[in-house]
Amino acid sequence: MSKFMAWIDQRLPVSSFFRNHLSKYYAPKNFNFFYYFGGLALFIFILQIVTGIFLTINYKPDAAQAFASVEYIMRDVNYGWLIRYLHSTGASFFFLVIYLHMFRALLYGSFKKPRELLWIFGMLIFVLLIAEAFMGYLLPWGQMSYWGAQVIISLFGAIPFFGESLALWIRGDYVVSDVTLNRFFAFHVIALPLLLFALIYLHLAALHTVGSNNPDGIEIKEMKDSEGIPRDGIPFHPYYTVKDIYGLMVFLTIFMFIVFFLPEFGGYFLEKDNFVPANPLKTPEHIVPLWYLTPFYGILRAIPDKLGGVLAMGLAILVLFILPWIDRCPVKSIRYRSVSYKILLTLFIISFIGLGYTGMQTPTTIITWMGRLFTLIYFGFFIALYYMSPNEKTKEVPERVQMDE
Amino acid sequence: MKESENTSGRRKFLRNLSQVMGGIGAVFALIPFLSSMSPSEKTKTAAAPVEIDISKIQPGTFKVVAWRGKPVWIVRRTDEMISNIKDNNNILSDPESSKEHQPIYAKNKYRSIKPEYLVLLGICTHLGCSPTYKPDNKSTELGLDWEGGFFCPCHGSKFDLSGRVYKGMPAPHNLEVPPHHYMSDNIIVIGQDGEDV
Repeated sequence: MSKFMAWIDQRLPVSSFFRNHLSKYYAPKNFNFFYYFGGLALFIFILQIVTGIFLTINYKPDAAQAFASVEYIMRDVNYGWLIRYLHSTGASFFFLVIYLHMFRALLYGSFKKPRELLWIFGMLIFVLLIAEAFMGYLLPWGQMSYWGAQVIISLFGAIPFFGESLALWIRGDYVVSDVTLNRFFAFHVIALPLLLFALIYLHLAALHTVGSNNPDGIEIKEMKDSEGIPRDGIPFHPYYTVKDIYGLMVFLTIFMFIVFFLPEFGGYFLEKDNFVPANPLKTPEHIVPLWYLTPFYGILRAIPDKLGGVLAMGLAILVLFILPWIDRCPVKSIRYRSVSYKILLTLFIISFIGLGYTGMQTPTTIITWMGRLFTLIYFGFFIALYYMSPNEKTKEVPERVQMDE
Repeated sequence: MKESENTSGRRKFLRNLSQVMGGIGAVFALIPFLSSMSPSEKTKTAAAPVEIDISKIQPGTFKVVAWRGKPVWIVRRTDEMISNIKDNNNILSDPESSKEHQPIYAKNKYRSIKPEYLVLLGICTHLGCSPTYKPDNKSTELGLDWEGGFFCPCHGSKFDLSGRVYKGMPAPHNLEVPPHHYMSDNIIVIGQDGEDV
């Protein structure tokens, strides 16, 4: 075996890659629950690619046949129902895991120097993931697919001067049609997954350059022993591969339970109206995007002006990109930050979940005003953070990571 | 050849020049790909006018037809509905239809050629949903002051029985009136202006 590996290693650096990135890659020893989600996101990405390939084998990207081909997959293809439910549940869980992954960064300041690029690559992945999910949602060609796409593409029409031409260019037709479906299929199955793959590679490359942050927000590379190994680091393999496999087992237990018993998740993962074929002449009574996009949709609806709403929604995502320069507090982890930051972050999370709620409801007067309040808090978080963070009363950060006994 | 100051300057210039030319070439190479995503010739020619028989529409009801794949409504208004349409209501955003979202012959308070028949593009000017026809006044859902009209379920925009948008709604302007004319008393052609226009 070793002879074989030596032959390989002379031609391809397999062993040294394994050493540099797994067995001799030192990660902080104090990772907690929140550190499961990066690995889980990678797992779901692979799951979506694999199930996606098997779905394309039977799916037809044609407005006249798309809806029926999905029903064919569900009813006649062997295990077609399982493959599709894995894919649709996988989409919702992808966002759940990514939101928790991002929340972890907010908790422990993982976006701060020297991890700004890592954060920006992560944000680009998030934006592409939104596009990927949105385009994938058109493919079943149900009522919600159709009208959701109609609304989101019309958002581009709000841009002054060239907005309408841009929307026409995206659709390739005057309304969402077979032409649109065909191109969204192409983007969903090849263009965006390739870009996502490239960005995930860059995200990981940046991570392995700067090393992981940890719940104490301490740079373990600043405290090395005589052999140059971080005193608070442990090899990623086997320590964290084992931890992550354990996390994956727990995750799969929950995930497969939902795939088998609650794949529609009460209309949150697969909306009721999407079991009706697309009808370009009739909008469903109550049209909402899937749950993971409703926080941003909530912002769009809160602003009583077309262009203003679109701008606010775009800004809500863009502002996250510059978070490393908005939060100017030198202390990373929430464990050693001020009470004000804890309050601000709590309000931010409440507003995000609140917007998710208002974005799902029928737009009554109360819901609209609630949406406006949450929108104010959402943006208020960044403004308050910018002015508060340089003068925060922080606790003393220890030199070494703290372990729970 | 020995590399002097002179030739290294030339090398630099040639290198920059080839980079710029290559860059310009790459941008032009994008054109066919980007242009292929615009509406094709087939898509453009599919947008022909349609003829609709309106004799079967009952007063107070409406009919949805497709033109360019978009919903077009033909609403037959009752006398009561017509009298409900106010001249210059200060709760409307553009009561005079001063912005050009209708052909010239529909620039009146009924926004139609004949007050009885209203032809509208059934697409909300906000984000392209199709609003719902709510002709009854005093609806429980839309409040006691509701005088009948259209309500968009997506983002809550309200329009009156002429498709004019209320103030403070997400929709920026009135519902669009497509070009149309009467071929006879019972036939409307949608997608084409009359000959006298």
